[in-house]
Amino acid sequence: MKLRRSMLFVPGSNTSMVCNAFVYRPDTVMFDLEDSVAVSEKDSARLMVYHALQHFTYKDVETAVRVNPLNSIYGLLDLEAVIRAGVDIVRLPKTDCVEDVLDMQEVIEKIEYKIGTNKKTKLLAAIESARGVVNAVDIARCSDRLMGIALGAEDFVRDLHTQRTKSGSELMAARAQILLAARAAKIHAFDSVFSDVKDKEGFEKEARYIRDLGFDGKSLINPNQISVLHKIFAPSKKNVEWSLDVIEAAENAKENGLGVVSIDGKMVDAPIIARAQWTLELAKASGMLGGDE
Amino acid sequence: MNKIDKSAYAGTLESSDAFIQIEPIEQDEIKIELHSSVEEMYGDDIRDLITKCVQELGISYISIKVQDKGALDYVIKARLQAAILRANKKDTIEWEKL
Repeated sequence: MKLRRSMLFVPGSNTSMVCNAFVYRPDTVMFDLEDSVAVSEKDSARLMVYHALQHFTYKDVETAVRVNPLNSIYGLLDLEAVIRAGVDIVRLPKTDCVEDVLDMQEVIEKIEYKIGTNKKTKLLAAIESARGVVNAVDIARCSDRLMGIALGAEDFVRDLHTQRTKSGSELMAARAQILLAARAAKIHAFDSVFSDVKDKEGFEKEARYIRDLGFDGKSLINPNQISVLHKIFAPSKKNVEWSLDVIEAAENAKENGLGVVSIDGKMVDAPIIARAQWTLELAKASGMLGGDE
Repeated sequence: MNKIDKSAYAGTLESSDAFIQIEPIEQDEIKIELHSSVEEMYGDDIRDLITKCVQELGISYISIKVQDKGALDYVIKARLQAAILRANKKDTIEWEKL
């Protein structure tokens, strides 16, 4: 399973960020053509992202693009550009209902057919309204292209007639609903950005909180947040050692034709083995088992 | 159509970017004025890139002024194509040429 702890937002109009984002090694680079790009620069940013996606520096990085809504004059052009350029994931902004996903999927399918690609572009639905949160369960299971759903907190709190707070209490219901909807549909769940880049302590607190809730990762707006987030998502040494023991015991049991084994008197069954495998994936990605970092 | 309709520009003067201004001219020529901090080392490569990019779009009769701030090849290409698309108002984009 692909790790997606960090999704770094990169404004498509910020050339320096577009050219250098891969250096920071987020799990996913997310180019933005929507809210961070001024209307006068939509065309130029679209071309910049179109070429960046095809550049060798992004060959080994998972890429996503937040496109403009289909009901804007930019949405279709954005899709034409990014699908042709081979983006991995299209992030739908402001997903309120199932139809939003299916409409986007239909357009993407047509473009893929037109250009003759075998690549099946994945979708990530950003939920940014009360209506979207209420419909999250249906949204999460409406398309086999949907790899995840994400909370877009800034628009959501505005829709809720409240504001962002340090405690995050205003997002409690939305986070719970989005997480449960994603897990029920067996897709990823992503938390919103933490906007105050100077508040390192607040970021760490929020990152630990959403990790403990069960989110797969978080959207980020500053490259400095990547390593902090990855450290928070890294498993403890004790947990890694236990996971190695679990996998070893499971392999021994399989060789000896045993269905269930125990470690330190505790039963090890399929869910525990799956959890141990996931922990080792995280450990590898965190450089604890000779991995990437 | 090997001419552009009007003057246009794209890009910025920020680091890693390029600011590109284009104008229609009367002669069948791709006229390039390049200002780059890396001109001595990469000037010819940048001119070749610009010429090729313009030719791929089927355009001549064009004057191009480039202020390069250390942009990668694809940045120059993206900015030049954006300027040309702005200069030629069309309803559709021929993506296969970009």
